[in-house]
Amino acid sequence: MAANGTSVSIQDLSLNFGAISVLQTLNLDVAEGEFIVLLGPSGCGKSTLLNCIAGLLDISEGRIFIKGKNVTWEEPKDRGIGMVFQSYALYPQMTVEKNLSFGLRVAGIAKDEIAKRIARAAEILQIEPLLQRKPAALSGGQRQRVAIGRALVRDVDVFLFDEPLSNLDAKLRSELRVEIKLLHRKLQNTMIYVTHDQIEAMTLADRIAVMKGGVIQQLDAPQTIYNRPVNRFVAGFLGSPAMNFVEGQLETGTTAVFKTGDLTIPLDRYSFDGTGDKSGPCVFGIRPEHVAFGEAANSMPFATDAAVEIVEPMGSDTLVWTKLGGRIFSFRVEAEKTLRNGDPIRIGFDPARASLFDTPSGNRM
Amino acid sequence: MSDHAVALSATSSNWRDDAAGPSGPKPRHMFSRRNIFLYGTLVVVALYYLLPLYVMVVTSLKGMPEIRLGNIFSPPLEITFEPWVKAWSQACTGLNCDGLSRGFWNSVRITVPSVILSIAIASVNGYALANWRFKGADTFFVILIVGAFIPYQVMIYPIVIILREIGLYGSLTGLVIVHSIFGMPILTLLFRNYFTSMPEELFRAARVDGAGFWGIYLRIMLPMSLPIFVVAIILQVTGIWNDFLFGVVYTRPDTYPMTVQLNNIVNSVQGVKEYNVNMAATILTGLVPLIVYFISGKLFVRGIAAGAVKG
Repeated sequence: MAANGTSVSIQDLSLNFGAISVLQTLNLDVAEGEFIVLLGPSGCGKSTLLNCIAGLLDISEGRIFIKGKNVTWEEPKDRGIGMVFQSYALYPQMTVEKNLSFGLRVAGIAKDEIAKRIARAAEILQIEPLLQRKPAALSGGQRQRVAIGRALVRDVDVFLFDEPLSNLDAKLRSELRVEIKLLHRKLQNTMIYVTHDQIEAMTLADRIAVMKGGVIQQLDAPQTIYNRPVNRFVAGFLGSPAMNFVEGQLETGTTAVFKTGDLTIPLDRYSFDGTGDKSGPCVFGIRPEHVAFGEAANSMPFATDAAVEIVEPMGSDTLVWTKLGGRIFSFRVEAEKTLRNGDPIRIGFDPARASLFDTPSGNRM
Repeated sequence: MSDHAVALSATSSNWRDDAAGPSGPKPRHMFSRRNIFLYGTLVVVALYYLLPLYVMVVTSLKGMPEIRLGNIFSPPLEITFEPWVKAWSQACTGLNCDGLSRGFWNSVRITVPSVILSIAIASVNGYALANWRFKGADTFFVILIVGAFIPYQVMIYPIVIILREIGLYGSLTGLVIVHSIFGMPILTLLFRNYFTSMPEELFRAARVDGAGFWGIYLRIMLPMSLPIFVVAIILQVTGIWNDFLFGVVYTRPDTYPMTVQLNNIVNSVQGVKEYNVNMAATILTGLVPLIVYFISGKLFVRGIAAGAVKG
């Protein structure tokens, strides 16, 4: 184990395809046994970063360390990684057993050792009855389990997952999500997991790295990212239904207030970040579940009257759309509440749970 | 509102009662105008293509007296296989009188090594171009494709000189090399496109598993590419078997392939023109590609659909 407990360390990594810069001087340290999720919209460079770590793409600049060893120029097989792909990438002509053992056979490992490792992986993943089948005879979930098994038998330090659940249907996805989490708890390996699904990111990660345009926007624990996003992109990307944004002005006097239209929201309970509370145009963001409704609204530091525009019942709760300061605004109520279009309502929230973003830069204030 | 709902349900119950309306699969008429046109055209075209073959087969089974009657479409009154035997083992060219058999074995000795050599090299070429993006791969590929469009005639004489200089002119080895080189552009294109259509992640998974260039090729790619190999084999067997130009230019009379031998038999005039022998000889020569097609036609179509059109 590396002295500092760092498993994967990426230092000043850049990747260019011709004139296009895909990753820009990226730094990332992953601790021993940590579950890191790289989250971002498609084209943000998250899969590219994973392929760089795996050694499947040649990088333009920078260095990659795995377990304290500089692997920048190493072949994928020598990096101590196992990888799981979105399309499973099982060798179609081989049985499950042969798929699992392929890497070991290439490495020239003794037969009884191979058998031992396959037995262990098959037991962990519960694929023993499938060992003699071909991939074509497996369901999607079984295939992905075999793909995970292929990484497992290699006895590696770091697992790389490239959107492993994206090809599965919703039900299987949530099942396998739990299984991956259990697997991580059992194995205690370092795992780097790429996804565009925020639920997967929130549920699995020790830390999430939200990426955009080849740059890590924020690297933090899921709750921090959710509650205190560093910029407007992160705030808007995480959360479904998305955070409400209201544009307006920040005015700093004796106490800071946010003004939009004829609304004034007091910000004395809002804790400003370093760059601080200077006056100017800004965006006020609040998550739909942080909005109180009806009686509860009056006990909030800020409350106002509004009218229901659209009601979207989701089953577990109901999403209500209204207008605040002329902007479309949504909030959640319990499913039992019956609201009709046009009903007058009272809504309120605690600005301490809100996020303020500087309009020109989009950064948190 | 509720009145409306009642009205709706009333109509729907009416639909149920209407037993005369269409229900179940739409009936199809065998002798519709569309079918008559469709199958009529197909039958006419099929006849048009099959008629020459019919004439050949029928003529080859007739004796000369019967042919002289001039009824080329009539079936043989007396079936004889003598023309076939003669075409195979006794027909005369200007030089010898041992029929097509000599040419057949020459052709086998040309075709088999040429097919194996060209496909072995081209498949590795295509694999390297598709999966190992080396520097200058695109330039190399463009040069190869341009090669496919250069007319053979331009290269015949230079190749004669090259073969003469390295001492292979007139030998079967020389012809095998020529066939392998000329098969390279189209075969490489074929294999490259097939391998490109394979999922990239499979290749990456194999690399993570530690397989190298040859490991991935032999253990992952080859077992998955049977259809495209069948396509390549068909293209090469028929192409090389049917080749006349290279055969006549780069070999000597004792190593002439079957096609050249056939030409010499059909065109040598010694007294009577034996149409039945000529027909039998031609069918014999065409038999090999024909058999290849019949055996592997299904795989051929699958391979073409899988890789050749894409990319």
